[in-house]
Amino acid sequence: MDYKALGLKAGIEIHQQLNTKEKLFCHSPTVIRDSDEHYDVVQRYLRVAASEMGDVDRAAQEETMQHRLFTYYTYDTTGLVEIDEEPPAPLNREALDIVLTIAKMFDMTPLPEIHTMRKMIVDGSATSGFQRTALVALNGKIADTCRIETVAVEEEACQRVKDTIFSVDRLGIPLIEITTAPCMKTPEEVHDVAQYIGMTLRSTGRVKRGLGTIRQDVNVSIADGARVEIKGVQELDLIAEVVRREVQRQLSLLAIRDELIARNALVNGEVYDVTKVFAETQSNVLKKAKCILGTVLHGFAGLVGTEIQPGRRLGSEMSDYAKKCGVGGLFHTDELPAYGVTAEEVHILKETLGAGEQDAVIIVAATEQKCRCAMQMIIRRAKMAFDGVPEETRKMLEGGSTAYMRPLPGAARMYPETDVLPVPVTAEHFAGIEMPELLTDKVKRFATEYGMDDGMARQMAYSEQLPLFERAVAEGIRPVFAARTILASLKEASRAEGAGIISDDAVIGVMKAVEAGNAAKEAVLDILSACAKGLSVKDAIAKVAPAFSREELQELVRGIVSERVDFIKSRGKAALGPVMGVVMKEVRGRIDGKVVSEVLNDELNRIM
Amino acid sequence: MTFTNTDPVTVSFAGLEMEGIYISASGDNAVVKLKSGYNICVPETAVTAREGTPAPEKPSAQPLAQNEKLPLLSIISTGGTIASTVDYRTGAVSSKFTAEDILRSIPELAGIARYHTLQPFNILSENMNPAMWQELARTIYDEIKDGAQGIIVTHGTDTMLYSAAAVSFMLDTPVPVIFVGAQRSADRPSSDNAVNAICSAQAGVSDLGEVVVCMHATSNDTACSLHRATRVRKNHTSCRDAFQSIGRSPVGTVTYPDGKVVLADDAVKRDDVRLSLLDELEPACGLLTYYPGMNPSVLDAFKGYKGLVIAGTGLGHTGTDCIEKIADLVAAGTTVVMTSQCMAGSVCDRVYETGRYLLDAGVIEGGSMLPEVALVKLMWVLANAKDAADVKRLMQKNLKGELDVDIRGEN
Repeated sequence: MDYKALGLKAGIEIHQQLNTKEKLFCHSPTVIRDSDEHYDVVQRYLRVAASEMGDVDRAAQEETMQHRLFTYYTYDTTGLVEIDEEPPAPLNREALDIVLTIAKMFDMTPLPEIHTMRKMIVDGSATSGFQRTALVALNGKIADTCRIETVAVEEEACQRVKDTIFSVDRLGIPLIEITTAPCMKTPEEVHDVAQYIGMTLRSTGRVKRGLGTIRQDVNVSIADGARVEIKGVQELDLIAEVVRREVQRQLSLLAIRDELIARNALVNGEVYDVTKVFAETQSNVLKKAKCILGTVLHGFAGLVGTEIQPGRRLGSEMSDYAKKCGVGGLFHTDELPAYGVTAEEVHILKETLGAGEQDAVIIVAATEQKCRCAMQMIIRRAKMAFDGVPEETRKMLEGGSTAYMRPLPGAARMYPETDVLPVPVTAEHFAGIEMPELLTDKVKRFATEYGMDDGMARQMAYSEQLPLFERAVAEGIRPVFAARTILASLKEASRAEGAGIISDDAVIGVMKAVEAGNAAKEAVLDILSACAKGLSVKDAIAKVAPAFSREELQELVRGIVSERVDFIKSRGKAALGPVMGVVMKEVRGRIDGKVVSEVLNDELNRIM
Repeated sequence: MTFTNTDPVTVSFAGLEMEGIYISASGDNAVVKLKSGYNICVPETAVTAREGTPAPEKPSAQPLAQNEKLPLLSIISTGGTIASTVDYRTGAVSSKFTAEDILRSIPELAGIARYHTLQPFNILSENMNPAMWQELARTIYDEIKDGAQGIIVTHGTDTMLYSAAAVSFMLDTPVPVIFVGAQRSADRPSSDNAVNAICSAQAGVSDLGEVVVCMHATSNDTACSLHRATRVRKNHTSCRDAFQSIGRSPVGTVTYPDGKVVLADDAVKRDDVRLSLLDELEPACGLLTYYPGMNPSVLDAFKGYKGLVIAGTGLGHTGTDCIEKIADLVAAGTTVVMTSQCMAGSVCDRVYETGRYLLDAGVIEGGSMLPEVALVKLMWVLANAKDAADVKRLMQKNLKGELDVDIRGEN
């Protein structure tokens, strides 16, 4: 597909958790808990509040169409700020400095004063009904092709346990939000820019690692389409596919629009009670319903069921809108008869509503109030089909397709956070911020300076154990040996069944013992495994591989050689290999192979 | 260049040109709201005026629709968090909402009653004073006389208990008088103002007939407690359930969202008493918390006061070195009442020697009265009692539930 010709414009917003000691606006630790460990619950409602300009945000309004009671799990690692029972503490300077560091890496200009705002989110994921957020710096560069518009520091939201139950452990962990300009023109570029930003973030060594600690939102539009914001792409590998599928969706919606106009289609918005039509139905969904309402979309036949991206139809879009009213979904005649609805019932339904060949009928089943609300939403979405692509916030589904979440939020969702004082950022402070080496530069340096092959250099630079490696090198351990120990032995020893945590000090201790000749490098894995079971480095070496001195070795070698004098004399130099094997069997892991070979050579030379 | 709030401006900063709306000055910097809704702070020199339409006027508010078949409640707004919004002058939260604004922002209220709204003053509750309590009591009295079937007073939470207690003593009310506030400002989606206000309206149309404080029963948005005005304290600086009844259970509970009101057996019921107002107060009264090592000369500060409530230690004590000064005050005509820092429980100055000396010095035992309530009561008693003996009698008589029982006289 020629994306440039389609006028693809994409931008990304990256949210990355920062690895700070405390949360952004309180003193709780930034740890994620198992929701089973919660010790208390708090129950709250949220209401839409107007901005200080007096406007109400449309996205927020839609989120509160149902008056929902939210339940929040609290922990012994969370406090009153997370449950909105105490005013926030001042902005966490550690988090701000990480954000300033990243801003500097992108060559951005910091704002002289950081003003915290409340960004309204009333879907339950924030106990206060807003996320605190502050712009920190503006206008940066990524490579030569793209621009970063803003970086902000903000609070992470709650984790959803299920439905309306949330867990407040994650709430308040600092995030950096990086917003690019809509400067990407192909799905692959989106991937590359996201990857580059991710690498830059990790270069600081001060961001959280692991699933869910980084999330990408993608803004996508094509010529004649509309801006759509797709939230929560957690895997980088999917990001290009999400963009491809969104382009496909927008193209399909534009084609549907053209077809509707060509057919002279019409949505008159009339709603009929069709409960009686299904009085005798065998459909499980309809059987249980107190009320069933229907509407006719004139000229929509075949289009409601048209696939617009894998697994998604125009009908799915309407269904997403309807679900805002608390209904489970909808049925449309493009997919019926099915789900226990018979051809006969479909026939009567169409006849009752006066729907013709070219028309589609949509029905919803629930309480009357929910049905009426859902029908209004369905009619609204059907009317939007004439305009093509609606501006929306969408969420990613498995595989890279998306579902409707809410309208794009507007400026009305922002409100000044009156409980937090502005934080000045002086030019001196910004100038004094040290920039870390980019991981890509580190990879190059490890290869040239340390003689690592490219694979090892890359693996080491991107490893979570990079700080341990850098410490080891600083303490005089040979880089390649350190990298091998950390990437292979340490990993294997930590993964073994029943293995406990092996401290950095222990790893360094083992490597130092090897470097000093007090342990053989062949024994590193075994020693580390013993450390993982709780032994000190000294005890682990003594137990697993008591070091073998040169003198002891010489004695052993003399014994072995003396038993094989005839063999050695008959074979000459060729005897080295087999005899070496016999010796190694006795001393493997207790003394360096190189030393064994030296001592054995000496002994052979002596007797030959 | 000076700008005023909502002026359209252009910001030139970081190599960018951005359109925005001027919000306020911050030192040498200017705060500007960008199109994204973010406020940013840039050097004022980076801001220039922009041609453009100023922010559109807010649509004029529709008149409130009232259901004439519902009972009439008066909402008397005095300010506080329940009615607060951001103030661009200080950047902090201040009280600006009117009673009408409250009705508009909480439409559920319209299904419970019809309302007459008025705002005798609009202040944060730390700025309240006895003269305002009097004005408040008169306003409530007038509203009831004019047919209100219940009164809701929106009030800042900091000193709500003083105002509520003061109204309790000044007013005999046949209808519920509900003091309500919020611990989270009304401009946030999680504000407790809506649940508290809706519960207060439910209490306002209920069978209750006394002055109460209606606030969250727990941290949850599922119920409010109705606390007797003379037995309530704000016991937490920030939590929703900061208000707690001391030494007794709440006189009622209102569940949300079903609006069910359950009253305690000993709650005063609607029409149990006839409307009357005795609105005199003696404001020259003080409240002193005794602390170990307190210099007795602190008591000199109250010379000339008509009344002094001491929040003593434990059963109601001060250091023995204070007794002489207390005796001097009493001799000079100051009524001194002893209460306890313990909050729960009664004062008893007959157990320990120090207590007996205090009694000898002329101190009146305040029983189980909360120190703040005793202060307000003393102001009312001093303005309404016939003589010194009557002051003592009234201070030790349970007038509005402030005492568990009348204190038995001992000669």
